[in-house]
Amino acid sequence: MMAHRVSRPPPRGWRPPTSEGALTRRVLIGMTLFFLAGLLLLPLFVVFSEAFSRGFDVFRASVTEPEALAAIRLTLLVAAIAVPVNVVFGLAAAWAAAKFEFRGKSLFLTLIDLPFSVSPVIAGLMYVLLYGAPGLLWPTLQAHDIQIIWAVPGIVLATMFVTVPFVARELIPLMQEQGTADEEAALSLGASGWKTFWSVTVPNVRWALVYGVLLCNARAMGEFGAVAVVSGRIREETMTMPLIIEALYNEFNGVAAFGVASLLALLALVTLALRTLLEWRYGADLAGRRATR
Amino acid sequence: MPHLRALRPGRAPLLWSAAPAFTRALTVALAVALTAALALAPSPARAAAPEQTLLNVSYDPTREFYRQINAAFAAAWSQKTGQKVTIRQSHGGSGAQARAVIEGLKADVVTLALAADIDTIATHAGLLPETWQSLLPDNSAPYTSTIVFLVRSGNPKGIRSWGDLAREGLEVITPNPKTSGAARWSYLAAWAWASRAHPDTPEAVLDYMRALFRNVPVLASGARGATTTFTRQGIGDVLLTWENEAFLALNELGRGQFEIVVPDLSILAEPPVAVVEANAQARGTGALARAYLEFLYSPEGQALAARHGYRPRHMEFAAPEDRARFRDLELVTIADPVFGGWPRAQKEHFATGGVFDRIYEPGPR
Repeated sequence: MMAHRVSRPPPRGWRPPTSEGALTRRVLIGMTLFFLAGLLLLPLFVVFSEAFSRGFDVFRASVTEPEALAAIRLTLLVAAIAVPVNVVFGLAAAWAAAKFEFRGKSLFLTLIDLPFSVSPVIAGLMYVLLYGAPGLLWPTLQAHDIQIIWAVPGIVLATMFVTVPFVARELIPLMQEQGTADEEAALSLGASGWKTFWSVTVPNVRWALVYGVLLCNARAMGEFGAVAVVSGRIREETMTMPLIIEALYNEFNGVAAFGVASLLALLALVTLALRTLLEWRYGADLAGRRATR
Repeated sequence: MPHLRALRPGRAPLLWSAAPAFTRALTVALAVALTAALALAPSPARAAAPEQTLLNVSYDPTREFYRQINAAFAAAWSQKTGQKVTIRQSHGGSGAQARAVIEGLKADVVTLALAADIDTIATHAGLLPETWQSLLPDNSAPYTSTIVFLVRSGNPKGIRSWGDLAREGLEVITPNPKTSGAARWSYLAAWAWASRAHPDTPEAVLDYMRALFRNVPVLASGARGATTTFTRQGIGDVLLTWENEAFLALNELGRGQFEIVVPDLSILAEPPVAVVEANAQARGTGALARAYLEFLYSPEGQALAARHGYRPRHMEFAAPEDRARFRDLELVTIADPVFGGWPRAQKEHFATGGVFDRIYEPGPR
């Protein structure tokens, strides 16, 4: 077979359709590296170098001062609430969308995607209109002395809104591809619906779920626009990390601003590393191709 | 479960081993997140403590000033009454902060950049009487500021007065009067100077303003943005800015790189303060809020204002080295006949189709 092929040389001037000349290849690779460096690596490097520009002690002082600590605590709190809620919602939504047929399903899928297409500023303003002083629910909230906007609940709500699609969007395509055969098998073997869901459906999508959680978490911690609208910017109370970074920067406090920024960037890098690890280790599961099939 | 194994060759029985492991992990993770949320949540014990709190909603550049005022006031108050008080502090753009208060941010006191912003709170939300400005001394403005010039070290372009700013070939940095309070004050200061220099010839005033804004290469949206443009990016020969902002640039952004030029005449800006009566009443903090604002007029408050670059109403309370920074100049107020108060000046100069729209042509010169 092999010899047979070699014996027939390709016509003059022929080259494999997928290979380019050395020059073209170098130019394309060079351009890619250039943009990667200019858009990603250099800015990231600058953030860290600015944060440490006056030494480690100044950096440590700037990220451990009360305002920065309060911002870190609030950011973690918001993520600790928003991410689990979105996991539950995303699982339920993807399960409903992928395993069942019902009327209005495409509308349902569009609604899940809404936060992707709505600007975060508008998301924030919607909550201001709803829960703010001239708003629909204001009299009721006042009567019960509940403050949503300009307080932590508003920040959590705004963050949940912008992160709603992350888990569901990871799961839906995978679940759709997997189909309902496993569930049917489990049900026909006598498992209850609840048991089937926990023992078959969820484990089948576990790595996509973890992946969605990572993305959701990164966005929840980094959200600026929607949170800025509803925060009220009360120092040590409603300032999240992105907000305090902007405030410190505008106060010419570059080291502190980039100190907090580098913490946030570090978080993003950890997310990225975990993501890469997942893709490398469980790429097949993520893509929906299962080795056993 | 041999039949299960048969159904899915090459895989451990799903229902009984692999699956619960992940389900367990997920449950544990959710529980951890929930615990973290509870641990991180502000404890109700803190809210229930007997100490009083005040929320001061302020504008952006006052952060350091109010940080010190708040500490000084808390000390003075607990000495006087034995009561512990914590001042919560919010900073943002002056107009945006006024909006937030209207929309339900529960400020006990507002300390904003423009009287017009507090007027909006009074008229739109009725949270304080419309006569608020007469409730405290000096138009409810415990400190004032003015517009000065910041030039590069040695003043290479020889800029001394407002007249110099219209010279051909000079670059003047000032933010957009449509969006920035500081820019409006700069614009009005230039207008006041031109009106004095060319009395009875309105056309000459307009010519001067046109020439001045022809020298502005780009309009930043806010005062901080303009400062950054001038100091960090090195664009322009002169920056028109707040006196306190100029001191800050001098001290923080490179000693020896800039110097301040104080013109003979400028405008008197009066950043006002007020108790938001409705909120303070609801929270029972009225007396405390009033005492807090009155503290700004005390010797200690006035000295702190001077330390942070604001002109205290009572200059005698300022430390000698702070007092030396403020040079004497003629200050025109917004009530001057040439402007006739904020509402008229706003409408005449900055409204759509107003004087500013007619004299400023954006784009390349």
